[in-house]
Amino acid sequence: MTTATALKSRHLLGIEELDAGEIELILETALAMKEVAGRAVKKVPTLRGRTVVNLFFESSTRTRMSFELAEKRLSADTLGMTTVGSSVSKGETLSDTARTIEAMAPDMIVMRHASSGAPHQLARVCKASIINAGDGTHEHPTQALLDAFTIKERKGRLAGLRVAIVGDLLHSRVLRSNLHLLRKMGASIVVCGPATLIPPGLETLGVEVTTHLDDAVTGADVVMMLRVQHERMHGLFLPSVREYFKLFGLTPERMLLAADDAIVMHPGPMNRGVEIDSAVADGRWSVILEQVANGVAVRMAVLYLLAGGEET
Amino acid sequence: MAVVMDADRVSRSLTRIAHEILERNRGVEDLALVGIRARGVPLAARIAGHLKDLTKFDVPVGTLDITLYRDDLMIHAVGPQPVIRRTEIPFSIDDRVILLVDDVLFTGRTIRAALDALIDFGRPRAIQLVALVDRGHRELPIRADYVGRNIPTSRQQSVQVRLLELDGRDEVEVEE
Repeated sequence: MTTATALKSRHLLGIEELDAGEIELILETALAMKEVAGRAVKKVPTLRGRTVVNLFFESSTRTRMSFELAEKRLSADTLGMTTVGSSVSKGETLSDTARTIEAMAPDMIVMRHASSGAPHQLARVCKASIINAGDGTHEHPTQALLDAFTIKERKGRLAGLRVAIVGDLLHSRVLRSNLHLLRKMGASIVVCGPATLIPPGLETLGVEVTTHLDDAVTGADVVMMLRVQHERMHGLFLPSVREYFKLFGLTPERMLLAADDAIVMHPGPMNRGVEIDSAVADGRWSVILEQVANGVAVRMAVLYLLAGGEET
Repeated sequence: MAVVMDADRVSRSLTRIAHEILERNRGVEDLALVGIRARGVPLAARIAGHLKDLTKFDVPVGTLDITLYRDDLMIHAVGPQPVIRRTEIPFSIDDRVILLVDDVLFTGRTIRAALDALIDFGRPRAIQLVALVDRGHRELPIRADYVGRNIPTSRQQSVQVRLLELDGRDEVEVEE
């Protein structure tokens, strides 16, 4: 595999559309960006004069802050909109909101939306580059990229690693983006969750599917926990939180089944005592706070690479 | 295609520059070298080697990638972004004399970007510029403190510096 010299698209809508060389380019650029955070002045003038709009139609703290910090470190002008207190709560359609923002001529739009495919719709009507910051249950590409960056930093590679992804598989866009990314980069994947939260057909994607956490964790180099998403549980998927923790909660005892130098990841926010035991979240396996720090570097890389023109 | 510096001449220039650095700075304890990617990096390492031979002292060496500071980055809306490499300055530049090293001094815009980048790392006591080749045609008020060779060129010509570490041989060539 060779590293690409540029991204083919001017949008980042999902990992599905990227090839391995483009993923490698983003990860290598992020490595250079990470160094900026260690400087006396944590800011470079690269995106001076560029405008980035952060459109968050769904609540988000860490992703929004991470993008904002990345934009500011690259000297872009940023403005944000959240649904509360904006015209969206007055009944404006997505297309009209998009056209209104487009009229202000931003260079890039970072968007989170509760509906899968919303950023794709925006990409069709806007001249600006669109970055998907999470759309419904579809994709969350920058999360998968920062996960990959963190794994690579700790393990030196992605290919050949055994990665267990555990939790709410049905509603997780983090899972979808990670599946695409890890498969393209040659990792082997096992997914685990309660039968009610396993989407049908998952095994056709070339991943191992199990409902037993011990099987998933055994021999794993990376254990990636997914959040139990109470807000998306409109049906009755789980009998109780206590039962969930008993069957699918990651405990130190279970981590002893994993590889000796295994790492534990979580996209946040964590539900301690639901999907993860505090002793694991704060233990020697945890790289959860490194993921947060790396998120800024990865988002800087994406912003930088999309600010260029298309490959000619 | 004219070779204007061969391996021997490159080598002698770097030795002379190391001597000039010592003569001008009286002592090496406060010095640090920073090479600008790509070809300033091996040049900085070689000068550090000469300084070590002359004084037995290890002058710290850093690496600077100026891509994020380029003034032409966002002007060209077409074409992909240049690839960014890592900047590594594993020492404090505060109160040190920084020797900034590049292969060719031309318009001065790379050096402007490097100065901006360096100042984001701290407050050096002074910054001095080392260039293997000065080919003229400055667009900014910048000059080198140590020059391997002044080579008069026209704007249309290009100056190719090749170094053993990156290109397999030492040579400076002027191409039409």
